[in-house]
Amino acid sequence: MAGYRKYILRKSLWYFLTFIIAIGLNFILPRLISGNPVDLIVQQFSQGMSDTNTMKRIYSIFIQQFGLDRPIVMQFLIYLKNLLRGDLGVSFLNYPRTVSSILASAIPWTIALQLPAIIIGWFLGNILGVLAAYKKRFFDILIFPTALFINSIPVFALSIILLYLLAIYLNWFPIGGGYSYQLTPSLDLDFVFSVIRHHTLPFISIVLFMVGGQAIGMRSMAIYELNADYVLYSKLMGIRESKIIKYVFRNAMLPQITGLALMIGMMMGGSLITEIVFNYPGIGTWLFRAIRQLDYPLISGCTLIITIGVLLANFVIEILYGFLDPRIRAVQMECD
Amino acid sequence: MVFLTRVSGLYRWSVTEMGNTARILLRSSKFMVGIFIIIAIILTIIIYPLINTGNPTEMKALAYQPPSKDMVLGSDNFGRDVLLELVYGTRNSLLVGILAGVIATAIGIIIGLLAGYAGGITDDLLTALTNIFLVIPQIVILILITVSLKQRSLVISAVIIGLTTWPWTARSVRAQTSSLRNREHVNIAKISGYNTSKIIVSEILPYIASYIAMAFILQIGSGIIIEATLSMLGLGPYNTITLGIMLQWSILFEAPAAGAWWAFIPVCLSVAFITFSLYLMNSGMDEIFNPKIRS
Repeated sequence: MAGYRKYILRKSLWYFLTFIIAIGLNFILPRLISGNPVDLIVQQFSQGMSDTNTMKRIYSIFIQQFGLDRPIVMQFLIYLKNLLRGDLGVSFLNYPRTVSSILASAIPWTIALQLPAIIIGWFLGNILGVLAAYKKRFFDILIFPTALFINSIPVFALSIILLYLLAIYLNWFPIGGGYSYQLTPSLDLDFVFSVIRHHTLPFISIVLFMVGGQAIGMRSMAIYELNADYVLYSKLMGIRESKIIKYVFRNAMLPQITGLALMIGMMMGGSLITEIVFNYPGIGTWLFRAIRQLDYPLISGCTLIITIGVLLANFVIEILYGFLDPRIRAVQMECD
Repeated sequence: MVFLTRVSGLYRWSVTEMGNTARILLRSSKFMVGIFIIIAIILTIIIYPLINTGNPTEMKALAYQPPSKDMVLGSDNFGRDVLLELVYGTRNSLLVGILAGVIATAIGIIIGLLAGYAGGITDDLLTALTNIFLVIPQIVILILITVSLKQRSLVISAVIIGLTTWPWTARSVRAQTSSLRNREHVNIAKISGYNTSKIIVSEILPYIASYIAMAFILQIGSGIIIEATLSMLGLGPYNTITLGIMLQWSILFEAPAAGAWWAFIPVCLSVAFITFSLYLMNSGMDEIFNPKIRS
């Protein structure tokens, strides 16, 4: 167990370093290249304004508020300090709303869209993948090319096509948004029903995309396992088919579970374009608006959330794998 | 990117077998269908502009005119010829994908070879760098860089995409190289007095060439998709047409609601066919170089 403690410590240090670098990039990249973001805001705020005094005042207020009059190292430290307090600054676009309050309202929408879609797509895809690998003749000829083709249609294209076919051409679903505009968010039946109807189409597009990718991955993992020596040996021993499939399935599952965990980690940034296409009130749509208006604090808030999710998922996976599989731990330790 | 991680277990492959391999590739139906689609697409984007010499950005008709004899795929929101735009967009997207793929693969090979062959502290540092950039989501770095650039051309987009996709290739090349490093044939080459660059070129690279080719093909596909994603976020190249930019226009100008399917469905199919054929080629190659997964 001492080895495992050391393993966790090492991993924690690495992820801490990666996290700092990610935050550093989040901080420095927009500031490095574009010069001064305040110029852009003031330009926007002062459009059509001719009073230079007022413009100067706006300018200096913003400079002060964002701490841009201080050296860059100090700015970074202030940024870190605010980050620790959950303060991500104020959105330019929705002044004076804070970035954290916008994100807090967007995150539940994105999770509600992504989490069920990822899990259902993952299950369906893996079942189809095993079938394709095992019932070679029929399923493999049918499922593999179909899955490969669906998976080749990028998720954004899938979303647009579904939007056109099901929402506009067949008029089965609403065109977009999170809920009907006539309703106000509450817990009554009408509202819940409206949310579900708006949720269905983006949900289906993500599920379809997931199924293709998972089926292909599972198929090749399962074929790899089916060709392994232990399968032949078990067959020669006369072990029942269903039992062998269970072994194969269990071994082929491991990488797929890692994939599932990574996708859950990637959740925040995984459906950006689908959300934009359906004008769904999640992170993607806010990010899109923020980019169009050059709302830097909101952009970096969104990218920060995406990064944190991915880093956390990766960290949890490595810690769990180290716990579950002693070989991984041993390899890591040898590297020292 | 999920795909890139799946390419695993390289089948040992020597230079003398190269001719043999080419023959097996020709017999793989997956590879052949894939390469056939790609060649058909490339021929179309070369030949069509010679027949229809119009300017893809010229406004010729009213917005969202349905397909007709004059314009086979109708017009877009600016009244431009969608078919002509599609041809130029496909060409530009492919160029971005290929350039991004070349850059990512080159950096990946260099870093992977250096880390895997040198070992020691060089390996530790480069592996740490690779791991850090594997974990930080690529889309985040891309958004942060592109949003700050005032000038974005096709080449700049491709370079940025290439600069952020290399870690996948680097990690695998490193793994392959470090397992090759202590093989007998490499040791013999060392004893024979070959210098390092010659050993790498003649004793290491041929063994990982098939892997690199497969990774390169996937990099092209992911480059095209990433470009489209960035363009749809509003961060694509300026003053040019790519598949992603065409999709962004059709979303911004509500082509689906206007019922103008011709403005976006052909674009989606174009992206899908390119990536489908690349995946098919990769899958065919995978089965040949890695016989364990042949069904």
